[in-house]
Amino acid sequence: MKRDRRTLGDIVFDNINVIGMLLLCFITLYPIWYVLVNSLNDGKDAMTGGNIYWVPRMFSFENYSTVFKNAGIMTAMGITIAKTVVGTVIHVFFTAMVAYAYSRKELIGRNVYMVIGTITMFFGGGLIPTYLWYRDLGLLDHFGVYIYPAMFSFFDLVIFLAFFREIPDGLEEAAKIDGANDFSIFVRVVLPVSLPVVATIALFHGVWQWNDYFTGLLYTNKEVLQPIQTFLYRVIAQSSSNQMAQAVGGSITRRVTGQSLKMATMVITTFPIVLAYPFLQRYFVKGLMIGSLKG
Amino acid sequence: MSVNLSTDTRGHPTVKAGIRSKFLAKLWGQRYLQVMALLGVAWMILFNYIPMYGILYAFKDYIGIGKMGDAPWAGWTHFQEIFEDDQMIQVIKNTLGISLLKLVIGFPLPIIFALFLNELRSLKFNRIVQTISYLPHFLSWVILGGILTAWLADVGIVNDILMGLHLIKEPISYLAEPKYFWTIVVASDVWKEFGWGAIIYIAAIASISPELYEAATIDGAGRFQKMRYVTLPSIRGTISILFILAVSALLNSNFDQILVLKNQVNESASNVIDTYVFETGISQGRFSYSAAVGLVKAVIALFLLLFANSVTKRMNQSSLF
Repeated sequence: MKRDRRTLGDIVFDNINVIGMLLLCFITLYPIWYVLVNSLNDGKDAMTGGNIYWVPRMFSFENYSTVFKNAGIMTAMGITIAKTVVGTVIHVFFTAMVAYAYSRKELIGRNVYMVIGTITMFFGGGLIPTYLWYRDLGLLDHFGVYIYPAMFSFFDLVIFLAFFREIPDGLEEAAKIDGANDFSIFVRVVLPVSLPVVATIALFHGVWQWNDYFTGLLYTNKEVLQPIQTFLYRVIAQSSSNQMAQAVGGSITRRVTGQSLKMATMVITTFPIVLAYPFLQRYFVKGLMIGSLKG
Repeated sequence: MSVNLSTDTRGHPTVKAGIRSKFLAKLWGQRYLQVMALLGVAWMILFNYIPMYGILYAFKDYIGIGKMGDAPWAGWTHFQEIFEDDQMIQVIKNTLGISLLKLVIGFPLPIIFALFLNELRSLKFNRIVQTISYLPHFLSWVILGGILTAWLADVGIVNDILMGLHLIKEPISYLAEPKYFWTIVVASDVWKEFGWGAIIYIAAIASISPELYEAATIDGAGRFQKMRYVTLPSIRGTISILFILAVSALLNSNFDQILVLKNQVNESASNVIDTYVFETGISQGRFSYSAAVGLVKAVIALFLLLFANSVTKRMNQSSLF
C-alpha cells in the first residue's frame, strides 16, 4: 500500500474510514466524559437546570468532598482496595506456582493433573451448590470469600504454562547445581523472568477483583465487608437516588443530590483502573495472545 | 529382561522392587514439585469438585438447614416442577433471545472493526483507536448501569435529544418498559466489548504474510476484494474457535450486566436463567428447585458446546477438541 498508488476510490475509502473511526472513538469516550463533567457540577443545578453535556455549568468539588467525608463509602473503598491487592498477589503467586509444577516435563502424574484441571474449565457446580458449600465452609460474611475461591484459575494456569515452556532449561539447571530446590527456583529464577505474563494475569485478576460486585452481594450481609461496587450496585439498581443521599448520611442540606454523589463515587471507583491502564496495556495484549491462541 | 530370564521366581520381585525404589526415588527427588502441583489439585477439589458433588441438591428436598446428606431424596420431582413452572417459558425465551441477539450482532462486529482498523494508513492513529476501543472493557457493569440509568431516565439525555429533534413528544422511561430491554442490553454489551473482542483478530491479521496482499494487488484486487479474499480466509481458524466458545456460552447472557439493569417493571423481558436461579434460590430459599434449574442449564450448555464444535469441525477442520 504505497502512497503513490492511491486511486480516487482509495482516497474516498480512507477518508470515510478515518471519519468512522473518529466517530467510534467519540462514542466510546463520551459516556466517560459525561460522568466526569456531571461529577464536577453542582448537584442541585444539574437536577433543575437541564442536562449537562460538555463542561460543568456550575463547577463544584462538593460532591467529592461529601463522598470523601462519608465513612460508609470510605470503608467500602478500603474493602475494595484490600481485596484487590491481597487477592491479586495471592492469585498470581499461587496460580503461577501450580503452573510451574505443571510445566515441568518430569512431573510424575502430569497428565492426570492436566485432566483434573481441564474438567474444571467446562464443568462446575452452579450457583446454588457453590453458595451452600461456601456457607458450610464458613465463608459467608468473611473477608476470605473474596480471596480463597479466587486464588486459583485453571484458565490462567494455561496462560502461565505457555509462557513457562519458553524459558530455557539451562536457567533452571544452573540454579539446581547451586543447590536450589524447585520451590526456590520458581521464586528466585522463574518468577523474575516472567514479568510480562505476571503483569497480564495481575491486570486481569486485579480488574476482576476491583469490578466484582456479585461476590459481595451474594456472600455478605455485613455492611463493613461490602466492596464499593456492591455498594454502588445497591444504590443504582435497587433504589432511587434519594437513597444514595440517605446512604451518605442524611446531611444533604446543600448543593449535592443523590445523582451527583453517584457520579462522583463512580469517578472515584473507576479512576484507579483508568490510571493503571496505560502502564499495563502493553503487557496484556501480548499476554492475551499467548493464552487465547494456545488455550 | 535378561535378569528375569536367568533368575528364578525369587529374583523377580527383586527387579520389581528395584523399579519401585527407582520410582520412589524419582518421586522423592521431585517432592517440592509434587507438593506445588498437589496444592493446586487440593484447591480444585475444594472449590470446583465439591460444588459439582453439590449438584445432588437438585435431587433432594433441601430446605436450607443442616447437611445435604440429612435431606430426604426427591428423585426427579424438581425437574418435573420446571416443566410446570409458568415463568420458565419466559425465562428461557429471554435467555435465548438476549444471547442469540448478542451472538448475531456482537460476534461479527469485532471482526468488521478489526478489518477496517487494518486498513488505516497511519500506524499511530491505528494504535490510538485500538487503545480507546478497549477501554470500556475495564469498566464494571455497575458503573455502566449507573450511566445507563442516568441517560435513559425521564429527564436523561436520550429523551432530551429525541425530544429536541421532535422525534418523540413525551419522555419515555426506557428501563421501565420491557420492550426496550433487549435493545439496551445488546447495545451496551456491544459498546463495552467490541474493541476487546477485536484484539485476537487484530493479532491474527497482523500475522498474515504481506506477500499475499502484494500478489492480490498485482492481480488487481481492490480494498474490499483484499478483505474478502485475503484477510477473511486467513483468519478463518481464529473465527471458528471463537465462535465455538461464543455458542457454548450462549446460555450465559451476562449475569452481571442483566442483574444491574433488571428491575421489577421490566422483569418480563429481563428475567434470564441465571437471575431466576439467583432469585428463587438465594432470595426465596428454594435451594433444591433452583439447583435443578441450574443443572438443566449446564446440561443444555454442554450440548451446545458439542454441537458448535462438530459444526465448525465439518465446516473447516478446526475445532477445540
